[in-house]
Amino acid sequence: MSFPWAKHYAPTNPLMKWVDERLPLPRFVYNAVGAGYPVPRNLNYFWNFGVLAGAALAIQIVTGIVLAMHFAANAGVAFDSVEHIMRDVNGGWFLRYAHATGASMFFVVVYIHIFRGLYYGSYKAPREMVWLLGVVIFLLMMATAFMGYVLPWGQMSFWGAQVITGFFSAIPGIGDTIRVWLLGGYAPGDATLNRFFSLHYLLPFVIAAVIILHIWALHIPGSSNPTGVEVKGEQDTVPFHPYYTAKDGMGLGVFLLIFALLLFFAPNYLGHPDNYIPANSLSTPAHIVPEWYFWPFYAILRAFSSNFILDAKLWGVLAMFGSILLLFFLPWLDSSPVRSANYRPVYRTFFWILVVDILILGWCGGSAATPFYAMLSQICAAYYFAHFLIIIPIISRAERPRPLPNSITEAVLSKHGGTSPAQTAPAAE
Amino acid sequence: MVRNLAMLVGAAFVAVLAWSLFWTVKGQITEPAAVTVEATEFHKHPKALALPSDGWFGKYDKRQLQRGFQVYQEVCAACHSIRLVAFRDLKEIGYNDAQVKAIAKGWKIPQPSINPETGEVATRPSVPADHFPAPFANETAARAANNNALPPDLSLMTKARHGGAAYVYSILTGYEPQSKELLKAFPDVATPQGLHANPYFPTMNIAMAQQLTTDGQVTYMDGTKPTVDQMAKDVSAFMVWTAEPELESRHTAGFAVAIFLLIFCFLAWGAYQNVWRDVKH
Amino acid sequence: MAIVDTAVPPGEDPAPSHEGVDDPRRRDFINIAAVAWIGVGAGVVVLPLVNQMSPSADVLAESTTEVDLSKIAVGQAIKTKFRGQPLFVRNLTPKEVAEAEAVPLGELRDPQTLAQRTKAGHTNWLITLGVCTHLGCVPLGAGEGENRGPFGGYFCPCHGSAYDTAARIRKGPAPKNLAVPDYKFTSDTAVTVG
Repeated sequence: MSFPWAKHYAPTNPLMKWVDERLPLPRFVYNAVGAGYPVPRNLNYFWNFGVLAGAALAIQIVTGIVLAMHFAANAGVAFDSVEHIMRDVNGGWFLRYAHATGASMFFVVVYIHIFRGLYYGSYKAPREMVWLLGVVIFLLMMATAFMGYVLPWGQMSFWGAQVITGFFSAIPGIGDTIRVWLLGGYAPGDATLNRFFSLHYLLPFVIAAVIILHIWALHIPGSSNPTGVEVKGEQDTVPFHPYYTAKDGMGLGVFLLIFALLLFFAPNYLGHPDNYIPANSLSTPAHIVPEWYFWPFYAILRAFSSNFILDAKLWGVLAMFGSILLLFFLPWLDSSPVRSANYRPVYRTFFWILVVDILILGWCGGSAATPFYAMLSQICAAYYFAHFLIIIPIISRAERPRPLPNSITEAVLSKHGGTSPAQTAPAAE
Repeated sequence: MVRNLAMLVGAAFVAVLAWSLFWTVKGQITEPAAVTVEATEFHKHPKALALPSDGWFGKYDKRQLQRGFQVYQEVCAACHSIRLVAFRDLKEIGYNDAQVKAIAKGWKIPQPSINPETGEVATRPSVPADHFPAPFANETAARAANNNALPPDLSLMTKARHGGAAYVYSILTGYEPQSKELLKAFPDVATPQGLHANPYFPTMNIAMAQQLTTDGQVTYMDGTKPTVDQMAKDVSAFMVWTAEPELESRHTAGFAVAIFLLIFCFLAWGAYQNVWRDVKH
Repeated sequence: MAIVDTAVPPGEDPAPSHEGVDDPRRRDFINIAAVAWIGVGAGVVVLPLVNQMSPSADVLAESTTEVDLSKIAVGQAIKTKFRGQPLFVRNLTPKEVAEAEAVPLGELRDPQTLAQRTKAGHTNWLITLGVCTHLGCVPLGAGEGENRGPFGGYFCPCHGSAYDTAARIRKGPAPKNLAVPDYKFTSDTAVTVG
C-alpha cells in the first residue's frame, strides 16, 4: 500500500513487539488487512466477493484434505470409497457435500467478482497485473474443478474426462499423442484417475500462491472504487480494519447462509444424477454435460458445427480456450480512460447485453444439443467474441463518457445531499 | 496492434459462427431434425409421489421403510443388489440387534467366502457387518439370467435418476400397453421381443417385466393393506433411505446451522452499522 | 484537479478514520457479540473435522471377532486376528494350569492370577493379544514348534521378553502381561471377542 497517511504499525502488546522485531509478520498483516491499509470509503457490496472467494478456497482446501484421508484413488474402488465417506465416515456426508457445494459456491463468487471487474474497469491501469493474475487463477480453478469432478469415478466423471481430453486430439498432428500422454492410456483409467488426484491436491496451493501475488499487486495502487476516480486524500479512505473487516464479516454471514441452505437441504440440486452411476466405459450417458460453471464455455465449444478450412471440432476447441484467453488482453482492448461503467452509458449497455448473453450461453450449455440450442449458441457465442474483440475496442475510443466526480468524497457527499464547493453535476446514480 | 489483431480474430470467430449458423438453419429447413419420442407427451413425466421424507422438513417413516424393505426382500432382491448397504444399517430403520442378526443370517443369498481349511471359494451366512451380497456373481452371470439385461444395483437409484423416488414409483406402477396413436406416430418404438412397454422409461421399453402385479403379493408385518400402489410407494421410500441414510441428520443439522447463521447475519449487520455509524459512504 | 483537502469536508465527523483503542464507541457490545458468535461457530465446525478421523462405522462394526474353539486341542493354540492385531487362543493343559497357579504373586512384575485372566469354569482357555507389551513385536509360542521360552508360555525374540503359561511377563524388558481383551463364551466351544 502506498498512501502517505496510512497508519503505522505500533504494537503495544510486548509479545507482538517481540515477534515483529524478529519476523515482521504482524506488521505485514497490519498493513495488508489491518488498520494500516487505507481503502476507499465508498466500496459497495460487489467489493465483498474477493474475500468470499478466498474463504471459499479455504473451505475447499480444508474439506479436501480431510476427504483425502478417506478417498481411494483407484478406478476399482474410487466410487465405493466416496460412498464409504457418505455412509460410514463420521460426518462424512457433511464433508463430501461441503466440498461439492463449496466448488459451486466458489465459482458463483468468482464469477460475480469477475463481472464486478468488468463493470468497474478494475482491469485498467495501474491494475492490469491484478487482472492478469486473476485470469490465471480462473484458469487454475477450472483445471482443478475439472479434475476434482473426475475423482468420484461416476458416469459423468468418466465421460467428462473422455470429452475434455478428447479436445486435445483436435490439435493437428500431435493431438492424439498429447491426449494419450495426458490420460496415461487410450481411455480414462487408473492412470488418469491417480494423476488427476495428485494434481487436484496440488493446484489449490498453486492457486493460493497466485492469490498472494494477486493481492500484493492490488495493494500497490490500492483498491479501486465504484466511481473509478483514484484516491486523492485521507478523507477518501477508511482503514481496512475495522470498516471492511466488519463489512466482510456480514458478507461472509450471507455467503455461509446460502452455502448452508444448499448443503443441507438441496445438496444434489447443482449436480447431475448420472454421477451416482459407477463409470461404465461401454455405456455413454444420454446427455454428457459438465458442471454448471462450465456451461457457457461448453456452449461455445458446441456452437462450432461446420468445417471452415479447419475442422469444426478444432474451431470449437480454439474458441473455447480463446473465450478465456481473450480476457488477458482486455486492459489493452478497452482504451477508455474512464474506469467505471457508471460513467460510460454506452459501455454499460453492452455490459448488460454481455451478462444476458453469457447467461443464455450457460443455459444452452446445459441443454441437449438440439438445433434450437445450436442456433442460440451460435448467435450468443458470436456476440461474446464480437463484444470483447470488436465492440469494446471501438466504443472505448468513440464513446463520450459522463463527467466524473472530482473525488471519492465529493461523490459520497453529493449522494448524501451534502454541498461541496467543487461539486460538479450529479455524479453517481 | 493489439486492437487490429483482436478485431481480426473476433471477425474470424464471428464469421465461422455465422457459417455454422447458416448451415444449421439450412439443415433445419431442408431436413428438420426428427422429433424424438422423448420430447412428446407419449414419454411421461413421473407421477406425483408424496413421501414423508420430501422437503426441507422431511423425516423417514420407519414403519414404511420396514415395509419397503420387506418388498425389496421378497420381490426385488432376487435380481437387484443393494451392495452399498450393510445389514447393520438396518438398525437405523427400527430393527434391533437381534433382528438384524437374524435377517443377515437368514438372507437367502449367501456371502462369498473362502473355505478356511481347503482355501477354495465357498459361501457363508452373512453377519451384520457384511454388506448385502449380490444375487449374481458378476455382470455376465446377471445378464445370462436376465435375457442379456443387467438389473442395476438399487442402493443409489433415487439419486441416480431424474425424478428420484417418483420416477421409481412411476416405473413400477406405470406399465401399460402402447396406444395406437403412439405406434402410428413412432412405429420404431414398438416393443421388441423380450422388453416391456413402459412410458415412464426413457426409451419407452424396459427390460424388467412388471413385478408388482397383484395386491397382497407381500403380507405386511404391520397389517397395512399391501395394494400394488402401497407396495410401490413403500419400496420407493425404502430406496430413498438406501440412497440417503443421512437425510434426517442432515435436515436437523441444517436447521441448527441455518438459524445460527441467520442470527450471525443479524449480529454482523449490527456490528457493521455500528462501525460505519459516523462515516458517510 | 481537486486540491487535496485535509480539512474536514462539511457534514463529516471530525474523526472518521481514527480508531481509538480506548474510544468506548468502538468497544461496542454488538461488535464483540458478532465476533464471539461466529467464534463459537468456528469452534463447532472444527468438531466434525476432527471427529472424521475417529473409526468409521464399518471399522467399528468389525470390532468383534468370533472364535470357534472346537478345533483347538488341549495343549494347542491358534493365531487369529482381532481388530487388526494378532490374537492368541490357547487350550492350556492341566500341567500348564497347575504351573500357572503355583507361581507366587510376589514374584510377578505385573501380578495377576490365572483365574483373573480367564473365565470361571474355563480356566484352560487363555485368550490374549499376541502383542509384546515392550515395543509391540509378535511373540513366538502360539504356532507348532515355535520357541516357547524359558517359562513355557510365549517368548519374544526382539528383546527377550519371556511370558509364562498364563502369558504373564517373567523375564525381559516388557512391563506388563500380554493383554486379555474383553470376551465372552457364547457356548462351550465359541467365544466372541470385543
